[in-house]
Amino acid sequence: MIQMIDVKKTYSLGRTEIRALRGVSLEIQPHEFISIMGPSGSGKSTLMNIIGFLDRPTSGSYQFEGQEVSQVDDDHLAKLRNMRIGFVFQTFNLMPRYTALKNVELPLVYSGLLPKERREKATAVLGEVGLYDRLHHKPSEMSGGEQQRVAIARALVNHPAVLLADEPTGNLDSKSGAEVIDIFKRLNEGGTTLVVVTHNREVAIHSKRIFQVLDGRLVGEERLG
Amino acid sequence: MNFMESLKISIEALRLNRVRSALTMLGIIIGVMAVILLVSIGQGAKEYITRELKGLGTNLLIITPGKISTSGGFHPPMSGTVRKLIYDDALAIKRRCSKVSETAPVVIGTGKVKHLNLSRDTMVIGVTPEFEKVRNLYVEIGSFITDADVDLKNKVVVLGRRMKTELFGDANPLGRMVTISDARYRVVGIMERKGVTLGFDIDDVVFIPVKSAQELFDTDSLFEIIVSVAREDEIDQATGQIREVLMKRHGKREDFTITSQGAMLTTMNTILNVMTSVLGGIAAISLVVGGIGIMNIMLVSVRERTREIGIRKAIGARNRDILAQFLMESTSLSLLGGMVGMALGIGGALILPHFIEFLPTHISLWSIGLAFTFSAAVGIFFGVYPARKASLLDPIVALRFE
Repeated sequence: MIQMIDVKKTYSLGRTEIRALRGVSLEIQPHEFISIMGPSGSGKSTLMNIIGFLDRPTSGSYQFEGQEVSQVDDDHLAKLRNMRIGFVFQTFNLMPRYTALKNVELPLVYSGLLPKERREKATAVLGEVGLYDRLHHKPSEMSGGEQQRVAIARALVNHPAVLLADEPTGNLDSKSGAEVIDIFKRLNEGGTTLVVVTHNREVAIHSKRIFQVLDGRLVGEERLG
Repeated sequence: MNFMESLKISIEALRLNRVRSALTMLGIIIGVMAVILLVSIGQGAKEYITRELKGLGTNLLIITPGKISTSGGFHPPMSGTVRKLIYDDALAIKRRCSKVSETAPVVIGTGKVKHLNLSRDTMVIGVTPEFEKVRNLYVEIGSFITDADVDLKNKVVVLGRRMKTELFGDANPLGRMVTISDARYRVVGIMERKGVTLGFDIDDVVFIPVKSAQELFDTDSLFEIIVSVAREDEIDQATGQIREVLMKRHGKREDFTITSQGAMLTTMNTILNVMTSVLGGIAAISLVVGGIGIMNIMLVSVRERTREIGIRKAIGARNRDILAQFLMESTSLSLLGGMVGMALGIGGALILPHFIEFLPTHISLWSIGLAFTFSAAVGIFFGVYPARKASLLDPIVALRFE
């Protein structure tokens, strides 16, 4: 499903160049549950941004579902982000003035669904993450755990092939964090491919495979269970 | 994403910042209002003047001394001195021009008119009996200047309504004496009330025989000769006859100007059209300033919502979706402002004449259309830069923006 060969990413900040990725090759199969671990600055977020089509590699090959991403134009990348990928962020990144329902509806707006369909789908997904009674609450009226579950519902509403999570439990207390992990495990059992970036081993041990990233390189791979 | 979705998102964003949106709109509101209001005043003035001039009669010719082109500026004196128009010129026109029906020589000056201890500086107009018909101004009480008054240089005066009230109040002035610049005149008539025409109060004058006026002002020349033509389609022929007669009397030189009311109308219209354009242009500048206000606030809005843009892009918004969203926002601002401005402009144009009498207005459809279209164009034009800036934001940078 995801295949990377010698992917490099270099940012230039004025005269200095930052080599965030120095040649990463990896392969992720459908239905896998992957963790990417590494200290901050190791390049794991860059790696995730590239997997999620938010960023393009400087060189190397990235194939998603058999398609070479470097040959895809920006509009089509937006479509892939919309339909094939779901993002979950450490800081939730919800629209502060929208209700939970409207937040979850938002990706469907860009998919071109009609309001009625959007409402039905968003309501169903919010029910799946246990927020049936929070449909009309705004993020500021919810706990961190609830906000992250809204974000997960938003990521899932278009039934993506891959769910990408960047430190999903980083801003949560341990109980809410455990709830999020439970949702992830359930999703994976249901067939969703999961890629979680974390520096927390407690989170990573729930996945099937752990990639270790250091200084822009994959330095280790660990199979669990 | 379709048009309705973009529109909904934009309206929502505008509602979230109500005060800011309203203040930004104010620039456009004032601009559109100013265009409509000022153009309607210009148009109103034009209609008013056209009506007034037509009311004076379109079959009039006015002969003035000196050669002036009605379409251009003043010519330098042709050669040597300009011969004045004199009373005998008027007589000659009256006798020899068959197409002319009435001839009214006019002398105009100012003088102090006194009765007992009341006095008033006013316009003194020397006329002949024909003046009544030619200018459509009639005596109401008593009689007008007669041919005998003119020939004998009688010291008689006909008072305008306002003059009568100012000098005599409610008393009957007929047969009483007034002093005009130290000469004593007997009041023989009072004009009917006419009011203000083209800013000139016709009630605030006195009429005396033309020859008496020449004596009073110590001159033998006339201010003008007003001539009425029996049929409007004979104005050109009448003009030719008058030119012929006068040139013969003036040593074959055309040192006078014959102006028709129609030519004056054209000149006035030209002036007023320029005035309307200037007013509209000034108002249009305020629209542009309003547009800059929109651009300013949109730039702030894009910056404030950088993170929002990042989120939208991360979940599948294309660049053009973001562009559409912000462009729609600026256009909604200016269109909404345009509509409010239109309402206020039309309302103002309707109400204004009730408060300021001499400011008639005429609402023209083209000015409304122009102002409205222009306001929409302003919204799009000044919205493009901020919207483009928003659409080209890098989603990763935007997501990290605090």
